[in-house]
Amino acid sequence: MKAEWETRLPEAHAGQGKKYLTVALPKGRLGEKVYGRFAAAGYPCPELLSESRKLIFENEELAVRYFWAKPSDVAIYVERGAADIGVAGKDILLEYEPDVYELADLETGRCRMCVAAPEGFAPDDRRTLRVATKFGRIARAHYAKKGRDIDIIHLNGSIEIAPIIGLSDVIVDIVETGTTLRENHLEVLETIVPLSARLIANRASYFFRKEQMDRIASGLSGKD
Amino acid sequence: MTTLQEGILKREEKILFALRALYRGAGYAQYKMRKFEEYDLYAGNKDFLVSGRVITFPDTDGKLLALKPDVTLSIVRSGRDEPGTAQKVYYQENVYRVAGYSRDFREIMQAGIECIGEVDDCQLAEVLWLSMKSLGCVSTDSVLALSHLGAAERLMREAGLSEKARRQAFGFLAGKSAHELYALCEAEHTAPGAAQKLAELSGLSGAPEDVLPGLYALGCGPEADELGRLSRALSATDVYPMLRLDFSVVNDPGYYNGLVFQGYVQGIPERVISGGQYDRLMRKMERSARAVGFAVYLDTLERLETASPYDADVLLLYGEDTDPGALLEALKTLRQEGLSVCAQRIRPPKRRYARTAVLLKSGEVRYEG
Repeated sequence: MKAEWETRLPEAHAGQGKKYLTVALPKGRLGEKVYGRFAAAGYPCPELLSESRKLIFENEELAVRYFWAKPSDVAIYVERGAADIGVAGKDILLEYEPDVYELADLETGRCRMCVAAPEGFAPDDRRTLRVATKFGRIARAHYAKKGRDIDIIHLNGSIEIAPIIGLSDVIVDIVETGTTLRENHLEVLETIVPLSARLIANRASYFFRKEQMDRIASGLSGKD
Repeated sequence: MTTLQEGILKREEKILFALRALYRGAGYAQYKMRKFEEYDLYAGNKDFLVSGRVITFPDTDGKLLALKPDVTLSIVRSGRDEPGTAQKVYYQENVYRVAGYSRDFREIMQAGIECIGEVDDCQLAEVLWLSMKSLGCVSTDSVLALSHLGAAERLMREAGLSEKARRQAFGFLAGKSAHELYALCEAEHTAPGAAQKLAELSGLSGAPEDVLPGLYALGCGPEADELGRLSRALSATDVYPMLRLDFSVVNDPGYYNGLVFQGYVQGIPERVISGGQYDRLMRKMERSARAVGFAVYLDTLERLETASPYDADVLLLYGEDTDPGALLEALKTLRQEGLSVCAQRIRPPKRRYARTAVLLKSGEVRYEG
């Protein structure tokens, strides 16, 4: 699908009539790893890993175009059709519920969404539980299932500090190895959901690029 | 008149005219309604609405009213069952609901049709044809994705999924998330092979002749039969190439049953049409008739490229001492050439014109550049 912004690109990026497949990748280690799978699946664009200051990278011959995005923004680009496909963490999909296809579990970037608290924490069921998190919707849904009254404290980073300095009782956050928690004398109380990177696609775009997207989904699936 | 419409009407307006002509041509009568309804109508059927939130306000007698977020509920409530026939209506109404990516309240122009009563294969085929013709009014580069909720329900029943798990499974089906369906079935300890069947259903997508064998192979014979009959009926029409069978199309099974469909247009990143059979809504509203219909979301058409990036074809600059009669004459001549013309003393800032011309004292129009 030709994205609206493509019409505003200079000729070099406009694809000169070609129908480019636009891919949004998350900046960082995960994105680079996933790009490797795209390349192996037949969609290389070596310039992507160069030190270039360019924002958009193309392989004109294969009519594929990549760009890096903040991991939490990938789903927005895909939902709004600025990218045909992208790679987003399951945490983002659960938190923002974008209306996209989730075509494959890439089984990489594995971690889990957990409830953590200071070591030895004993919950007091008589009062509202204060929960610090970036993931309000996930936390709310988790405690709603338990019928527990909670007070969500929305933070944008360094969530682990909140229970240490008394801002919250517990945190709901992503845990990869647990090292940060251990170093700050926090421990995992429960795992809410396991997480990993997912291949997502714009719903409308899928119907006009089905074969290509199915091929990519199949080429990208599988463990590292 | 045609020239006037071509030049003046926005693309959305032209499409609206075309849709109206299409529905009237198929014998659908226009349905007009007021802008608000009693809130109770929506409170009892929130899950049927695209968004469950509505704008409410008290009437003079204290009764709670709502700006209508939906048209179908009003049509269903106002009609009555007439066995043997079908009530066929079309509408173009503003609705007020949470929409767009920002999830704010918006006023949205919506068009659509409802066919209520004796809904048989003939009526279903015509509604599908009308939905594809509606897409054709927007662009020939369109797809109508058609599903049958009965297929998913059959496989979920066979799998022995609980009510809660079925709701989740419909969500995963809508996301084409085969991996999540496998995980759900594993957690639910479903019957052997059930997960694979549901996963395969989520991946079935394509032209009817390519997809139907797969649907039969999954044991969904009755649904495949029905989809096959309708596909064959539509195969002789010019819009048939738009038709895809795809089982990620899911509408709330509490209200919908049987056929459900969504329309997509190349260049618009979201669905343009949504519809289906809603016999279950009819039962909830204590009506025995069957029903099918669809809505065209005209707000999505804003994403289409505009026909012209210019405010007018010609900027005609005139002088301080220009004779008004000469200006009117020059404007008349240019407009007779089919051009839109904006007369100004000086070039207005931030306006775009395809060409600039100057009206000379002699009455001659001279183009710049």
